[in-house]
Amino acid sequence: MKSLVELRQLRSEIDNKQAAAQLNLKAKIIVGMGTCGIAAGAREIFEAIEEELQKGNSDAVLTRTGCIGMCEQEPLVDVQLPGGDRVTYGKVTKDDAIRIIREHVLGGAVVEDKAVARCITGKQQTGHELDQQARIPTYDDLDFYRKQYRIVLANCGRINPESIDQYIAVGGYEACAKALTMMSPEAVIAEVKGAGLRGRGGAGFPTGLKWELTRKTPSGKKYLICNADEGDPGAFMDRSLLEGDPHRIIEGMIIAAYAIGASEGYIYVRAEYPLAIRRLQIAIEQAKAYGFLGKDLFGSGFDFDLKIKKGAGAFVCGEETALMASIEGKRGMPRPKPPFPSVSGLWGRPTNINNVETFGSVPWIVKHGAEAYKAVGTEKSTGTKVFALTGKVKNTGLVEVPMGMTIREIIYDIGGGLDEGKELKAVQIGGPSGGCIPRDLLDLPIDYESLRDAGAMMGSGGMVVMDNSTCMVDVARFFLKFTQSESCGKCTPCREGTKRMLEILDRICSGEGREGDIELLEELGNHICHTSLCQLGGSAPNPVLSTIKYFRHEYEAHIKDKRCLANVCAGMGGAYVIDQQTCIGCGLCARVCPTGAVSGERKQPHVISEQLCLSCGACAQKCPVSAIVQA
Amino acid sequence: MNCICGHAQESYAKYFDPLYSILSNYSKDESSLIPVLQDAQDHYGYLPLDVLKEIAGYLGLSLGKVYGVVTFYSQFHLQPRGRNVIRVCTGTACHVRGGAEVLKAIENELGIKSGGTTDDLEFTLETVACIGACGLAPVIMVNDDTHGRLAPETVAMVLNAYRTKGEEVSRATSHVSH
Ligand SMILES: Cc1cc2nc3c(=O)[nH]c(=O)nc-3n(C[C@H](O)[C@H](O)[C@H](O)COP(=O)(O)O)c2cc1C
Ligand code: FES
Repeated sequence: MKSLVELRQLRSEIDNKQAAAQLNLKAKIIVGMGTCGIAAGAREIFEAIEEELQKGNSDAVLTRTGCIGMCEQEPLVDVQLPGGDRVTYGKVTKDDAIRIIREHVLGGAVVEDKAVARCITGKQQTGHELDQQARIPTYDDLDFYRKQYRIVLANCGRINPESIDQYIAVGGYEACAKALTMMSPEAVIAEVKGAGLRGRGGAGFPTGLKWELTRKTPSGKKYLICNADEGDPGAFMDRSLLEGDPHRIIEGMIIAAYAIGASEGYIYVRAEYPLAIRRLQIAIEQAKAYGFLGKDLFGSGFDFDLKIKKGAGAFVCGEETALMASIEGKRGMPRPKPPFPSVSGLWGRPTNINNVETFGSVPWIVKHGAEAYKAVGTEKSTGTKVFALTGKVKNTGLVEVPMGMTIREIIYDIGGGLDEGKELKAVQIGGPSGGCIPRDLLDLPIDYESLRDAGAMMGSGGMVVMDNSTCMVDVARFFLKFTQSESCGKCTPCREGTKRMLEILDRICSGEGREGDIELLEELGNHICHTSLCQLGGSAPNPVLSTIKYFRHEYEAHIKDKRCLANVCAGMGGAYVIDQQTCIGCGLCARVCPTGAVSGERKQPHVISEQLCLSCGACAQKCPVSAIVQA
Repeated sequence: MNCICGHAQESYAKYFDPLYSILSNYSKDESSLIPVLQDAQDHYGYLPLDVLKEIAGYLGLSLGKVYGVVTFYSQFHLQPRGRNVIRVCTGTACHVRGGAEVLKAIENELGIKSGGTTDDLEFTLETVACIGACGLAPVIMVNDDTHGRLAPETVAMVLNAYRTKGEEVSRATSHVSH
């Protein structure tokens, strides 16, 4: 590959090939095969379709694609008849799949009751099909998609991630051709700086500035790293991106490597993502074969090679200095900064490290220019952000929205709100380093600064919706337990401090909280935030501090009234009840009850009033026949 | 590695041959340590002390250093493990959607706690913070296969597919396989 012209030639060849396939009048069936699709049964469906096509003697083409983001509707199957629209079917079972093949692929009639949406691709349609298709919403009609703005996820669920040709056919690698043949490294950096792109790995550091710092450090050898360790529980955007559009990340990395002058790159992927690793391997091989990786790329004299490193199961390795230690073969422990990686990183060389989504945004910026990118989002947080919407929301899935959209819009307009009868209590944003945003703040615009000021954090972009059945103290404990067990142990505030905080939370959750515990948590938390070596400890108290800030009354209820308002914490739980069959009517329980909640005639089964019961358990301890249990 | 059958030399070689062929794929320096450990564990199922000694010798590292790395990363194991490794997600999304009940159901089904291995070495049970399939919570992984939208009642069916001679059955349930 030597030039943009050559790439365009290749693209038109691929276009012609695809057009020829269309002319051959072959139907296309595409099965969503990301980890989530497969977990929902996509492989079984793929096999069923294969079999059915053979039986029907059909020459339809069966392929796969990555995650389109509609997790709730998995498994997803798309059907595109020659000249027709691409119709997406959701929640497909094996029987549905067979029906879809018989009725739609072989019979030409859309299976309307299973259709979720269609993508307008059709040109020449017959009358009946046209009518039928008109009844199915287009992707843009769906609430889930209308408000999204897909830059990074544009191809996910659309192209086959194992085919470089399909990526090229949608304009892939043109940005990297443009950068390498028509722009100087400085110009590339200026463009990314001008776009205002900030790191999507959590902290939001300006990407262009980081590249510039690495470029300016003199050294014979520099490295580029893609951070795909994605350890935040509740986040899966990086996985989906790597599984659904690996070439976009590779292209972003080639551009970055050119800009900073790095000849060697690593993608550090967590070992829990076997499918992402495999798709990346395939993509790297293909890119090498096409001359996008290797020596003298696009005749620019610039060489770049890319390797995959598999993580070994340590959350802290997502931290950049720990990650580099891990690539070097050491224990993945962070070290103090400065020196920053841009000055002294991998094997002491200047190293630039960015998140998957950061790299995923780069090709678009180079192709469309800084101004176009800046036009999306807010002044200080430009562009889009991908969120993993999960928890008690109707449409779980991956959504990409312009920065500055409100949390309410994401949850209600895109996510479809909560299930019938459920009320939103809080939204957890940013995983273990983030915080819980209460209902009152739903109109908060999503950008780096607003979230930080509210006590949360962009983090990697996990967004977990919680309703009234979630106990906020328990959630705080859950996250702290996670960070505590992932603490590498190198610095004292994080190693010891998180443990002490966890002990306090444990006792609060088991009904043994003491007066002053809340204040102690706040004091400890603030100290840990300010004195930890890395941001693992530095942000570990966030979930606790933010829940204290917004849900202090829940902590107080646990400590003072020994009550868990959500009935989650065991040991406090709900009211006690008396088994009517076992009760002998001795009345001991009524005598010890501090609130007079027990009533009943002597020698008759007694009952406990749910309203009055404090769940103190005194009655159960006295009962001679063990007739009293907690509901 | 001493035995009294008289074939010590032979079985010694047989035991380590796979390790040597793994090592031959990597350069003799520290940066190879983690990938070598990963490959060795893939082959042996865990990391026996003798294997660690060989690796340390080959890469020119002290055994202490190798041991330090092995114990730092949760992926590495010094004890034999079950043929099938079950990882139950206890991440946020799964936590909120009932992951704990799924874990309990599996513990009951297998009669072991998280971290344990069944006596017949069929299953090892672990928890993991997030598998990245949160949209389908609650989720578990068995070996490299991900199973989503589970309920305590459906757990036994999933596991049965993995019991020995379950190879064919396992094809029939939904999973990511490699
Ligand atoms: C404990 C901890 C875990 C982290 N995990 C990740 C991660 O999984 N992925 C990631 O991209 N960044 C992670 N980071 C942030 C990285 O240190 C680094 O800032 C980031 O990769 C830089 O990329 P960006 O500028 O593109 O955001 C983590 C930081 C800390 C302190
Ligand atoms: S929280 Fe369970 S898969 Fe992410």
